[in-house]
Amino acid sequence: MQISAPFDYARATSVDDAIALLDRLGEESRLIAGGHSLLPMMKLRLARPEALIDINELAELDYIREDGAEVRIGAMTRHYELIESPVLQRLFPIFADAGRVIADPLVRNRGTIGGSLCQADPGEDLTAVCIVLDAVAVLRGPKGERTLTMPEFHRGPYETAAEHNEVLVELRVPVRPRSGSAYEKVERRVGDYAVAASGAAVSLAEDGTVAEIGIGLAAVGLDDRPAEAEAVLRGRAPSEELVAEAARLTAEATEPIDDLRGTAAYKRHLASELTRRVILRAIARAKGQER
Amino acid sequence: MTHVSIEINGAQVERDIDPRTLLVHFLRDDLGLTGTHWGCDTTNCGTCTVQLDGRPVKSCTVLAVMADGHAVRTVEGLEVDGVLDPVQQGFMEEHGLQCGFCTPGMLMTGRALLDAHPHPSDGEIREAISGQICRCTGYATIVRSIQWAADHPAGITNGEAGEAGGAAEEKEEVPA
Repeated sequence: MQISAPFDYARATSVDDAIALLDRLGEESRLIAGGHSLLPMMKLRLARPEALIDINELAELDYIREDGAEVRIGAMTRHYELIESPVLQRLFPIFADAGRVIADPLVRNRGTIGGSLCQADPGEDLTAVCIVLDAVAVLRGPKGERTLTMPEFHRGPYETAAEHNEVLVELRVPVRPRSGSAYEKVERRVGDYAVAASGAAVSLAEDGTVAEIGIGLAAVGLDDRPAEAEAVLRGRAPSEELVAEAARLTAEATEPIDDLRGTAAYKRHLASELTRRVILRAIARAKGQER
Repeated sequence: MTHVSIEINGAQVERDIDPRTLLVHFLRDDLGLTGTHWGCDTTNCGTCTVQLDGRPVKSCTVLAVMADGHAVRTVEGLEVDGVLDPVQQGFMEEHGLQCGFCTPGMLMTGRALLDAHPHPSDGEIREAISGQICRCTGYATIVRSIQWAADHPAGITNGEAGEAGGAAEEKEEVPA
């Protein structure tokens, strides 16, 4: 029987209450949202927090709102809501693409976008999605709120810029005209973490050239966007050849490792092929040619 | 100890529990509701699936304290006044179980799916149960069982008694 070490339990009644609890309970306390990463780690005693602060009751963090030139996503938005949201389906189909390949429907009923981003598992999908979309993370702590770009927020595997007494409260995603996005993942079996995964977002200028492009990958050792690959397409008419070249450069920028999920060579191959596909799909969606 | 008040199958239950108690063990060990099975312990197999506020979740990865103030429905809550839920009847009609270990989880997911989507395609059923493992590999009959329940939202009515009850009665009559 897998049972975690003992811990004190407190239920936060508001974000400010959660921040106060983090301060009072100290460095060995942790927030718990969906709990589908933290609880398994606690059951294996890989994590032994002295106190858990449950933020599942914070309905104030559970929303998806269109707000002028951006969409605001509350940190407690659960994975199934990312898939089902009509706003995200219309503006950022990449969320549904990625959501559908996160674990399984039962896990997605509990897991949250904030939890995924804060856990920062290297095989996790939503960090790449947020990087691709140029999202901004809003953190709230005792001194108020601060906003960080994804490269500022996401520092690498299992590490973010969030201080101990800060709560990730919101993701803000800019809405761009004539844009499309897509995500594709290869997994060993349904519900597993990615062998490799790639996401892309493209917005087109009125003349059909690429105005802006974002590429992001999961599980292949690439935390930042591949600038060189993106530069190949930015400002150009996106031919299949250019897209393939951008995909090739993306794969070159990755640093995958050999592990049980595959060899580094295989993962690099996937990085190239999946990137090629998602860029083409993002372009097709930007043109309204594909859902 | 933390005090919890949880609606379980329509009845309010109050207990003082250790916060590290998982929902699956609270149901089985504290409440004696052993219909919910305890399987892999690692969020993989899904036999421990129960409904939390109507959505299926893996109860080995939910703390019982997280259910405080919420509604939990287990396989014991499917039968109403001695009448099996159409999903349970479907598993009988279409042979949806072999060893039966995955069955309570499959039933709860099936019920939740039909509550949200009364007429799912086979593909939607397969997607819904994709987080659950049947080690007898009886997936085809599980899909058919849930589909049977979709086709019979009122379950077996008197007019259809021949489909299930009739076959059983005939067998019993043979020796006589």
